[in-house]
Amino acid sequence: MIRPYGDTLDDGVVQLSFTLPIPWSEAADEAARQLVAQMGFTDVAVADGRPIASRFSFFVVYARTPVAIDVSTISVPAAGGEALTMDAVDALIAERIGRKLKVVGACIGTDAHTVGIDAILNMKGYQGHSGLERYHGFEVYNLGSQIAVDDLVRFAQEREVDAILASQVVTQKGSDIANFTALAERLEAAQLRGRILLLAGGPRVTNLLAAELGYDAGFGRGTLPSEVATFIARRIAERDAA
Amino acid sequence: MKLRIDSVSVAHARRLAGTIVDPVADFIAGHSTLSVERAVARLCGVDGVDSQGVPLPNRLVDALPERELGVARVLGAALAETGRSPQQVAEAVAAGEPLPDPSRTPETAQRAALRPWIERGLARIDAVRARRAELLVRLPQAPPPLLYVIVASGNIYEDRTAAVAAAEAGAQIVAVIRSTAQSLLDYVPYGATTEGFGGTYATQENFRIMRAALDDVSERLGRYVMLTNYASGLCMPEIAATAALERLDMLLNDSMYGILFRDINMQRTFVDQHFSRQLNARSGIIINTGEDNYLTTADAIEQAPAVLASQFVNEAFAHRAGLPDEQIGLGDAYEIDPDLEDGFLFALAQAQLARQIFPAAPLKYMPPTKHMTGNIFKGHLIDAMFNLTSVMTGQTIHLCGMLTEAIHTPLLGDRALALENARYVMRTARHFGDEIEIKAGGRIERRAQDVLAATLRLLEDVAQRGLMTAIEAGSFADVRRPRSGGRGLEGVFAKHPAYWNPFAEALAGEPVAATR
Repeated sequence: MIRPYGDTLDDGVVQLSFTLPIPWSEAADEAARQLVAQMGFTDVAVADGRPIASRFSFFVVYARTPVAIDVSTISVPAAGGEALTMDAVDALIAERIGRKLKVVGACIGTDAHTVGIDAILNMKGYQGHSGLERYHGFEVYNLGSQIAVDDLVRFAQEREVDAILASQVVTQKGSDIANFTALAERLEAAQLRGRILLLAGGPRVTNLLAAELGYDAGFGRGTLPSEVATFIARRIAERDAA
Repeated sequence: MKLRIDSVSVAHARRLAGTIVDPVADFIAGHSTLSVERAVARLCGVDGVDSQGVPLPNRLVDALPERELGVARVLGAALAETGRSPQQVAEAVAAGEPLPDPSRTPETAQRAALRPWIERGLARIDAVRARRAELLVRLPQAPPPLLYVIVASGNIYEDRTAAVAAAEAGAQIVAVIRSTAQSLLDYVPYGATTEGFGGTYATQENFRIMRAALDDVSERLGRYVMLTNYASGLCMPEIAATAALERLDMLLNDSMYGILFRDINMQRTFVDQHFSRQLNARSGIIINTGEDNYLTTADAIEQAPAVLASQFVNEAFAHRAGLPDEQIGLGDAYEIDPDLEDGFLFALAQAQLARQIFPAAPLKYMPPTKHMTGNIFKGHLIDAMFNLTSVMTGQTIHLCGMLTEAIHTPLLGDRALALENARYVMRTARHFGDEIEIKAGGRIERRAQDVLAATLRLLEDVAQRGLMTAIEAGSFADVRRPRSGGRGLEGVFAKHPAYWNPFAEALAGEPVAATR
């Protein structure tokens, strides 16, 4: 069982900061303290409370939590082992699959932020790692921003793609979840889900979230193109072998 | 603090930018777009929506029997024949009535019938501009860098709350980020809106709501708080027209952003940006160009010449639309990799270079985004270095970086922390830039000289190929856009010899001369 570590094992110290929609006063500090206490924390100390506007106050609070967690009960599926190099992925595709894999990527829904999908797909890549366009083993279609889910499904069907990479950067009011879910459902409805690998990407995406949404994998912040490439190549090689 | 840079190279770069822009200006002069025509209709007083929610300017322009003549000729004909107002004509069109054949009335009668409405439109713009000037005298702004924050809840009423709180915390400019879908809409939504993704729809009513709230807080604080929105996407001219009427003070307006980053057709964007900038010039609105976008995806060190080249091109286009230097907020961003040794020096070099090359321009400095990771503590520190660069190099418009960049659209508390950071750094280092000298031939100066030299090479290449061909070949931001590709081309048309745009006519003055 573990608790947050301040400076002593099991002290349970956490830091919080938040805004309350009230003018600042000493009573506001006390309100912040009681609020944090009601969250279940103990030893609540309001380190800083001050006005940030006429009707808003901001607080920095330290407190202890009595809650502990058993890490041995936690399992998070990782999106498939260590990444291979570009040459190794190309070799794997050539030897075990024997054809170019078609990959389509898009920012779905109204999201216009292509920075993530571009980092993975564009020739130039990310952090010195080439994007999938530079691989011999992939034929890449980067549809760009604001692609309707139906259009993406139609494209995937017409071009008979092997994998779909859906990207979501904007997460406001759950728009990312709604779009990811819609894509999975449409693919299912078009009876394509079985033969197309479905991948989610974006700064707030985790592999666990992707699994919950019915995706094959999820890739979050800092993902390198080679990690995505390795996953696609390995998974399809395994499927072809089965 | 001064860089020694070769003034002959700078003058040459400006000439090259002129060479690049002139052929495009010829193309622009011969063409109009549906959004230009809808902006003309709006300025003649057409507003509102039909029973299906379609804006009346769209209904009117879509019903034109011959769009090549422009909406003004037909509107003038309808006014001359029926004695109605432009709004009544648009309402009649929405009710199913056809527009008259403009060949039935003499051109002089059309012009005469529309004249009072044109004068009224221009008078409204001028009155708004005069009102801003009066407020700026009575409620003076704090000295630059002007602290600029964004609000982006999707709900205009929440945005209003956030904007007022930000102003109280020291913000001098508030920008309402638009919903991510809006740039590709070929109409301007109507009324107050409370739903949007990643931002709030730009509508005339939303402009009004925000302006009223900021006017109120400006009076209370004794300093004028500016309002910003986006004249980008498919409706640049219409946003410029509504912004002129509702006293927005700044508009994001880039000559190439839509082409490169939103895949809007280049012919459409070039024509739209010109008329929108003519309107901005008349209304006293400061444009903000979007060079920061070159850096958010690609490497900042590598793309530095593209930023400077784009600044020259944006300046040349802006001058040709009649914008004086004081209204051209050229963009740049602090996107240097924090792991790079001496990265701060390179950022300083680039920012100071722009300051010296465009001395009268209200430069817009954008915060780090690309290297913000969710580690809010480190992010706050990177933002502080950005703040220091800005105050040292005398940037004018300073978009405050958020420690929570890359996590979510700013929370109210994030904005207050960002403003506190900027105010602290700028106060404690206010005259630092005046007190130090850049080492002659040192790292900073050499970097600035390298960027300028590479910019000249890029501009020479683009001038030789022609701007449209260069964009097709991916010269900017490594993005390739075909001349006839992208969204909105169907809305571009060649003008008839008898085409008439009374506002373009009234706004076309002498092109503004470049700064020495």
